[in-house]
Parts: sequence; C-alpha cells; structure tokens
Amino acid sequence: MNDAAARNFEYLAYGLSAVWVILVIYVLTLVSREGKIRAQIESLKRMVEDREKH
Amino acid sequence: MKQKILIGLGVLAAALLVRNIWTMLTQLPDEEFQGAIFRIIFFHVPAAFTAFACFFAALVSGIAYLSTQNLKCDAFSVSVTEVGLAFGAANLVTGMIWARIIWGIWWTWDWRLTSMLICWLLYAGYLVLRRAVEEPTERARLSAVMSILSFTVVPFVFFSIKWFRTQHPQPVLYGQGRMDANYRAMLFGNWVPLLLFAVVLIAVRMRQERRQRELDALRREVHAF
Repeated sequence: MNDAAARNFEYLAYGLSAVWVILVIYVLTLVSREGKIRAQIESLKRMVEDREKH
Repeated sequence: MKQKILIGLGVLAAALLVRNIWTMLTQLPDEEFQGAIFRIIFFHVPAAFTAFACFFAALVSGIAYLSTQNLKCDAFSVSVTEVGLAFGAANLVTGMIWARIIWGIWWTWDWRLTSMLICWLLYAGYLVLRRAVEEPTERARLSAVMSILSFTVVPFVFFSIKWFRTQHPQPVLYGQGRMDANYRAMLFGNWVPLLLFAVVLIAVRMRQERRQRELDALRREVHAF
C-alpha cells in the first residue's frame, strides 16, 4: 500500500471514529442527566414524605 | 414492554451497522478517484439526512405546539432537536475529515459548509434559548417559534449545491447526479440503522422530559409546604 492509500485509510478510520465518539458523548450526556434527575426526584420524594410525617 | 422494544431497536441498529461496516470495508471497491476515503460518504450523508429528518420533526411539533398548547409537543421538539444536533455534528466533522484528504483543507467558507454550520448553530441556539426561559409555557412557545424559523435554513442547506457554484461536490443523489448503484444502496442502507438509533435516542430523551416534569411538580409541592 502506498503512502496516499495508507493516509486515506487513516483518515477514514478518523472519520468513522469521530461519528462514534460524537454519538457516545451524547449517550453519556443522556445517562448522566438521567442519573441527576433520578437522584433529585428521590431526594424530593423523601423530603415530601418527611414533611408529611411531621 | 416499551423498554424492550427500544432495546430491540438498538440491538437491530447495532447489528445492521456492524454488517454495513463489514460490507463497505471488505466488499465495496475503492472509488476510482478518491480511494478508500470515499467510504466516509456512507456516514456523512446519512448523518445529514437524519439531522434534517429530526429538524423537520421539530418543525412539525413546533407548529403542533402553537396550535394545541400541548407540552408533549414541546417535549418531542426538544428531544428531536438535540438528537438532530448530534447527527449534524457527525455530518460536519466527517465532512471536515473528508475535506482534509480531498481538498487539502479542513474547512472552506463555501455555501454548503457555511449554511450547514449556520443551521447547526441556529438549533444549538434553540437549546440555549430554552435554558434562558424559566416559565414552561413561555419557553415552549418561544422554542416553537425558534424551531419554525430555524427550519427555513434547511432547504437552503439542501439545495445550496444545486443553486450555487460550491467547492462541495454537486448533487449525486438527485438532478444530474450519478452514483454507482452499489454505493447508493449502501448509502441508503446505512441510513436505516442511523435512523433506528436516532429513534431510540429520541425515546430516551422524551422519557427524561417526562421525568423532568415530574421533578418540577415535586419541587412545586415542596415549596407549597
């Protein structure tokens, strides 16, 4: 394989990786947001239950 | 049940993608003039199509919100816009990598590239606008208007290569354009798993919007004590 062809494959690999990196970053953002919302809901539910008891 | 359908769709998308990547790397021949890098088109174009489909869905749900004032339309609108932005980013980045090899530059301010960047920034602005407005109905109304206005750029992005002389290649999928039947089949074949993946992401994002509303209701309840 000559230099130009090797460079072509190298950049193709960068391109395919870039698509996955972007989508994985977005998925991780969703997962992190989901965790935060869930934690806040749990905390507020506990707070409401505590106030109802007292 | 819904969760299982989403997982099923995700697995199907992953399986199709693996099969497509295998086929495009081992079965399809190199393009005559561009060589191996041409294969990037199988992600570059479907990513743009997916982004545009999402932006169109945001337009429809924006109009639906303005006519019904149903907050579910607003939740759908923000979900599809966010997912559309992710695929739009994939389109821009793969385009830059392709340009670096074929044109020798990462970026040029031609009609297609510039209009796509402006389109992406407008929809990113939509998300910024949502963060700036606290009141849910006001936020939904302004966001719907912003979404409708932003979509006016999409046809311009799509047809810019037909209307203007650009460094970006002329259309190969419509008009005078020609593309080998095997390449065309792979391009549309790879759009299917990307769309499936987008549907899964939109559904997950919609669920978060529902949880966010639940959270807002709980906050109001706590403050009411």
